[in-house]
Amino acid sequence: MENKVNKLFSSQLAIANVGVDIFAKAFRAQDTPCVHVEWRPPAGGNKKMVDLLSKLKDL
Amino acid sequence: MGLIDDANREAVERLDLSNPALTDVVFAKDVVPGIDKYTVSHAGPPITWNAMSGPMRSAVMGALIYEGLAETREEAAQLAASGKIKFRPNHDCGCVGPMAGVTTYSMPLCEVTNLTYGNKCYIAFNESDIRALCFGSADPVVIPRLHWFEEVLGPAVKDALAVNGPINLKAIVTKALTQGEELHNRIAAGSALFYKAISPALVKVVDSRTELQEIVDFLAPSDYVFLNLGMAYGKASADAIKNIPYCTVVSTMSRNGTNFGIKVSALGERWFEAPCPKVKGIYYPPYTEADANPDMGDSCITETVGLGGCAMGANPAMVHVFGAESTDEAAKITREMLEITCGVSKDKVIPNMNNQGIPLGIDIRKVVETEICPLINTGIAHKDPSHGQIGAGVSRAPLACFQQALEAFVESLG
Repeated sequence: MENKVNKLFSSQLAIANVGVDIFAKAFRAQDTPCVHVEWRPPAGGNKKMVDLLSKLKDL
Repeated sequence: MGLIDDANREAVERLDLSNPALTDVVFAKDVVPGIDKYTVSHAGPPITWNAMSGPMRSAVMGALIYEGLAETREEAAQLAASGKIKFRPNHDCGCVGPMAGVTTYSMPLCEVTNLTYGNKCYIAFNESDIRALCFGSADPVVIPRLHWFEEVLGPAVKDALAVNGPINLKAIVTKALTQGEELHNRIAAGSALFYKAISPALVKVVDSRTELQEIVDFLAPSDYVFLNLGMAYGKASADAIKNIPYCTVVSTMSRNGTNFGIKVSALGERWFEAPCPKVKGIYYPPYTEADANPDMGDSCITETVGLGGCAMGANPAMVHVFGAESTDEAAKITREMLEITCGVSKDKVIPNMNNQGIPLGIDIRKVVETEICPLINTGIAHKDPSHGQIGAGVSRAPLACFQQALEAFVESLG
């Protein structure tokens, strides 16, 4: 049975990395093109701040 | 759009339409509300003598000697600690000042008027020297230069403005942005443009050849004389957005060397404070980061109105100051600041970013949501009294100020 994962990684990859940039750096270090999207959870995941921000959404 | 977005759009428009001009030179004793010989205004949010950092204390000591209230620094320190001196923030009495920013009774102040909205603010002359009162320097040149401001430079610039008329600061800011400056770290073109504007009138009004030579020798080589005027441009613009209901735009950012404080338009004069950040920068030998005081000064009023760190893309030559390897980092910082602001200027643009308008209107909601804090360009004072400037660099406004402000804003809605 063909290993789909091996087939994927032996082909030309088109990679978009979202969030932690260490993965994007690792791809680039292996000469593999990668588009990195900077993303963090809203308010760094601080629930109190997320709740405060949500109270302003409808104003 | 909602109430907040509408209010913030109004703030951006007022910031952009503000038209500050240098209109006069006046004495602090004549214009600053409630000031007397025993009043010392300072940069940043309110602070007591005991809580002041070394350079702030040192600047206070120098100012008390300048005012003739003490003969030695020891006497000045005793007086400052005695409870007889009233300390208050510049921002709470219509003034701003770089670094320690001490403003006292006898100082001549540049009066800047926002010609669009009519509000005025005041700032002392820039000392154009690392041996400066504002950096807490105790060098022997400091106090005599303050007296020279009072007796020679101040009256001369006042007379020159009477002959010349107001000098438009918005025009200088707009032009300097196109000449590679963000007007906080790099102000050489702004200073040259100011000198170009004021010097013909100075020649007309200063009778003494000796005094005229002294004035030229002070102003012409200065790369920093416009720092203070750019700050007053910022203060006059930012004061025009105070007290807009529902507005979450920052109206003041400032630091006293111990705490960083911000104000928010809809929340009026209330300060939101957190400890001052450290500054990442370059140091004049033999100084190092271990010698540095935390961030200090009212000068981040420039960032508050879209200059300084917000306009970093205009000043790619500066990236070495914060250790970046590519000049592309400058534009990247401006793009980052665009994520936490509500709009852009229509006429103050950054040419090497395809005439991108400078970011306007720092929104506390966006800062809290993204955790991207305003980047601030700054000078660095020694942490101990008396040294003066030891370097320059960048810092980030503390997130906690914006989080506190957001909480207070939600509470204010009931």
